[in-house]
Amino acid sequence: MSRFLAPILILVVLVGFFFIGLHKNPNIVPSPLIGKPAPQYELPLLLKPGETLGTEKLLGQVYLLNVWGTWCFACRAEHGVLMEIARQNIVPIYGFNSRDDPQKARQWLADLGDPYVASMVDTDGLVGIDWGVYGAPETFLIDQTGIVIHKLIAPMTMRIWHEDFLPLIQQLKAARP
Amino acid sequence: MIPELGLFSLVLAFCLAIIQSFAGLAGAHWRKPEWLALVRPMATGQFVFVALSFGLLTWSFIVNDFSVEYVAMNSNTGLPTFYRIAAVWAAHEGSLLMWILAMSIWTLSVSWLNEEIPEVFRARVLGVMGLVNSGFMLFVLATSNPFVRLLPAAIEGRDLNPLLQDPALAIHPPILYAGYVGLAVAFSFAVAALIEGKVTSAWARWVRPWTLMAWIFLTIGIALGSWWAYYELGWGGWWFWDPVENASFMPWLMATALIHSLAVSETRGLFKSWTILLAISGFSLSLLGTFLVRSGVLISVHAFASDPARGLFILIFLGLCIGIALGLYIWRAPSLGSGAGFKVLSRESFLLINNLMLVVAAGLILMGTLYPLFMDALEMGKISVGPPYFNLVFLIPTLPMVLLLGVGMHSTWKRARWEPLRKRLKTPLLIAVPVALGLSFAWGRPSVLTFVGIFAGVWVILSAFSEIRERQEMGRNFFSLPRSMIGMLVAHIGLGLFVLGVTVTSVFSIEKDLALRAGDTVELAGYQFKLESLRNAEGPNFDAVEGMVTIRRNGKVVTTLYPQKRVYRVQTSPMTEAGIDAGWTRDLFVALGDDLGDESWSLRIQFKPLVRFIWLGALVMAFGGLLSMSEPRYRKIQKAEGVAP
Repeated sequence: MSRFLAPILILVVLVGFFFIGLHKNPNIVPSPLIGKPAPQYELPLLLKPGETLGTEKLLGQVYLLNVWGTWCFACRAEHGVLMEIARQNIVPIYGFNSRDDPQKARQWLADLGDPYVASMVDTDGLVGIDWGVYGAPETFLIDQTGIVIHKLIAPMTMRIWHEDFLPLIQQLKAARP
Repeated sequence: MIPELGLFSLVLAFCLAIIQSFAGLAGAHWRKPEWLALVRPMATGQFVFVALSFGLLTWSFIVNDFSVEYVAMNSNTGLPTFYRIAAVWAAHEGSLLMWILAMSIWTLSVSWLNEEIPEVFRARVLGVMGLVNSGFMLFVLATSNPFVRLLPAAIEGRDLNPLLQDPALAIHPPILYAGYVGLAVAFSFAVAALIEGKVTSAWARWVRPWTLMAWIFLTIGIALGSWWAYYELGWGGWWFWDPVENASFMPWLMATALIHSLAVSETRGLFKSWTILLAISGFSLSLLGTFLVRSGVLISVHAFASDPARGLFILIFLGLCIGIALGLYIWRAPSLGSGAGFKVLSRESFLLINNLMLVVAAGLILMGTLYPLFMDALEMGKISVGPPYFNLVFLIPTLPMVLLLGVGMHSTWKRARWEPLRKRLKTPLLIAVPVALGLSFAWGRPSVLTFVGIFAGVWVILSAFSEIRERQEMGRNFFSLPRSMIGMLVAHIGLGLFVLGVTVTSVFSIEKDLALRAGDTVELAGYQFKLESLRNAEGPNFDAVEGMVTIRRNGKVVTTLYPQKRVYRVQTSPMTEAGIDAGWTRDLFVALGDDLGDESWSLRIQFKPLVRFIWLGALVMAFGGLLSMSEPRYRKIQKAEGVAP
């Protein structure tokens, strides 16, 4: 008798696992950077090539770092949302222009508007590797002490902004006014 | 109006399927002839309305009705008509409708082509099939309606995913689905037999052709998918152990096991409860595959847009279907009886080994596929299981199986004798060893495992041929053999070709990634590849850069290839269209990569020996299945046995 029971037991275990699996998202890969200091770097600016910016110079403020490129189709979709967030003037957004042609990138900002306080240029993508960038768009949230608080690997939407980012930002600002 | 009619037809078909199930199952239980008489008309009506529904969705695609959301998401006015039709099954909703269409075609066939089966039993089978199909129709109606309107209508559609704009991939899903769903026939026969509490050799004879047909579809469908991946994804790989591929491969392994165990059940009346269990498992794995692909629980390159509500629905459906079937199995299996015994050295033993090995292989693949899910569910971290695991664990059960196959084919039922067996196998063995040695060294230095792989392939082919020779020596014409026997031999030759192709391609392929400028030449495996020029090309809905690569050997031009890098205009995604020179003994493969600036381009060139044998082997296997199916025994009305199964 018991040998005829085995198949249904396997089924019950599998269905149980699947049920749990339904409530998980396999695409969320937690960034190893979360809770750790942002990587050290310094990169030239897109619009003022003589100047540079990096982790050191950005300390003391809560800010978003948005990875973008003109080659990235979803970045175009995200751009309007970033413009809206910039208009709200809650946190500064810094751009991280990855593996791009600076000429095209400047044209992009001229055409679509510039939501960034400044955009850094990572032409060969080397600093991007330190950040663990594997696609675009990606958006990081960094606190006053340079710790990475949150990471989004997808186009920003108003909903994600309101549900995920805003509460975190308000906490950070409340903790250290 | 057209889309609403389509939805309405589907609702009607759903109602008919419910009536069909009730009339079939209740009519058989209470022996009501007037209810039983309803089953066939309902099955026919169900098919008519499903076909109408499918046709109307197709129509919306052909006329570019972008007021239908599904059409707007998956088509475009710039899309050629052929791909507009193929776009019907390009995404979740439409492909489910195709699944339902396939199921109603199987239902229709079972209701009309099985005159030899007693009406009561056939009604039970159709009753179960009606339940399965109505479950799928409910799924579409509740969570995945393809006829939803988009208001206001879109002006232009988002276009079909460029990866899918390919002839092989356009016909791959229908064939594969026909196979998946075909396993529902064996499943329904098994459930019906459990309800009656009897499994006879007549039963096994009825199920065999249906199982073979489903298996043929699966074989061709999987081979097509693999061939597509080879030339379209641009990497030159032909199998990636992706969860979706595994989801199609596991039912195939089960169906293969089922075909073999049905042979024992039919001829010897053995393995009855095991056969039933295999019939249930085959379709269960089809359902499992559907769940994995559509619910988003696993990461896959093929996965459909996921939605937890859909996942939950399939999970409940899957649990009910398989749970009820296995419940019936617990109830009935102990009383099915085990029939006469057999000796250790007998055809039964070899088929038992075949079955165990196939099931172990499917089990190991299932483990690897689901392992990331288990770990995540147990909060033990996110991991992925890659090809090295699958390549290794798949070989463990299958290599011994293939090696034993040659012996198994020649052994007799009940009790085989060593002496004649040894005499028969001596010649193929004596030929296979030197041939395998020669082949092993033809492309380079082989390892022991490589030799064993090549030997296994050659051995299976030769021992299948020696069976044919044997018959001729006995003075009998090859064509006087039973068709099912010829089919078996042909399918095994196909397997041998496949094993040979896989081994040689995996071990002796050479590939190089290079940066080339126009005019540069490189050498690979004795061929000189010269990138002559690059130019811009234009297709109906894409722009491309096209390379011209001439390949020479010893100064003589072998061929000229035109690999392309395409950008489809609507979705602006880049696609690689490889240039391939196909041949019996080798493929030459050139894929164009990226513009590296300074006028040079990255190119991947490959030399792939015997790669065609992989798909050729699959096609020969399918052809063998077709031969077996044409066996007259399966169509003859055998009144003596068929009265009360």
